[in-house]
Amino acid sequence: MSTTRSTSSSAADLAVSPPQDTRAPASRQPASHSSGSLDEQLTIAGRTLDSRLLLGSGGFPSLELMADAIRASGSELVTVALRRVDPAARGSLIDVLAATGVGLLPNTAGCHTARDAVLTARLAREAFATEWIKLEVIGDEDTLLPDAPELLRAAEELVDEGFVVLPYTTDDPVLARRLQDVGCAAVMPLGAPIGSGMGIRNPYNLALLRQAVHVPVVLDAGIGTASDAALAMELGCDAVMAASAIARAADPVRMARAMRHAVQAGRLAHAAGRIPRRLYATASTPEEGLAEFS
Amino acid sequence: MIFLNGQDSDLRTGETVVGALARLGLSVDARGVAVAVDGEVVPRAAWETFALPRDARVEVLTAMQGG
Repeated sequence: MSTTRSTSSSAADLAVSPPQDTRAPASRQPASHSSGSLDEQLTIAGRTLDSRLLLGSGGFPSLELMADAIRASGSELVTVALRRVDPAARGSLIDVLAATGVGLLPNTAGCHTARDAVLTARLAREAFATEWIKLEVIGDEDTLLPDAPELLRAAEELVDEGFVVLPYTTDDPVLARRLQDVGCAAVMPLGAPIGSGMGIRNPYNLALLRQAVHVPVVLDAGIGTASDAALAMELGCDAVMAASAIARAADPVRMARAMRHAVQAGRLAHAAGRIPRRLYATASTPEEGLAEFS
Repeated sequence: MIFLNGQDSDLRTGETVVGALARLGLSVDARGVAVAVDGEVVPRAAWETFALPRDARVEVLTAMQGG
């Protein structure tokens, strides 16, 4: 029994543990990477943020609900898109966001080419007086997956123009490194397609990506509920971006609060160093001193 | 014909960006607005002097909920 168990358990460990666990099983050292100690603020391009939760402004039933959710989330950075002025539009998104005190992170949502994304970024810089840009270059209408070559081209050009570029990318560690190498300030890999709520479909890739780059990793897209955000942080992400998961929840304000706690819990758990996964039980009570009744 | 946000407009060649903004009910001090003419950004500082060329395509953009 015991031999069967010991030979199968190492194989089982490989089968059930994500990559970082097999490299350092049962490590007593707190997990460490570029983001440093637990209390350290998130720093992207020299800007420090207390909250490791970024929010999307899209999809909320009303601007009031959006503002309430932002406050409940504790987020300090909220994305906005750039679209044609609608003279009939009611309420100013800019004014509502300004009242919450958050920073704006303009995006290039809807762009399909590097050329359009670069122009949109320049317009966003003009409109919002920020060099920061969440770079999105979409390659497919059904999945909204990034177009890798166009994304890299746009990132390089925008970095050259002095932008702080945060690219929405796939969970490909090689592409993430290439984006870092051209000067991106962070990378924003997806967990699953935008708005799908499917969570992190490939935690192994995300763990590899985390090891592949030293810039902050912000999990973007795919988050469905709080446990997804916690998992992202447990895998070593530096922050999480949530949009639809909050905006389209039945109660966005309550979900915003849940995400805030999930990100904190996940970061704590990551820093604490989880136990390795095992197929068989490991007794937590010693056998010494066990009474013999027969 | 000058196009404003994809629509035919009554803007005339030589009018400035300020005219385009006015057609949309915006003033030169509108917050969170950016303008592109024929695919190039027109900086805010140039709005009052930039003359719209013949057949210009003017895009006037602002913040929208997204991402």
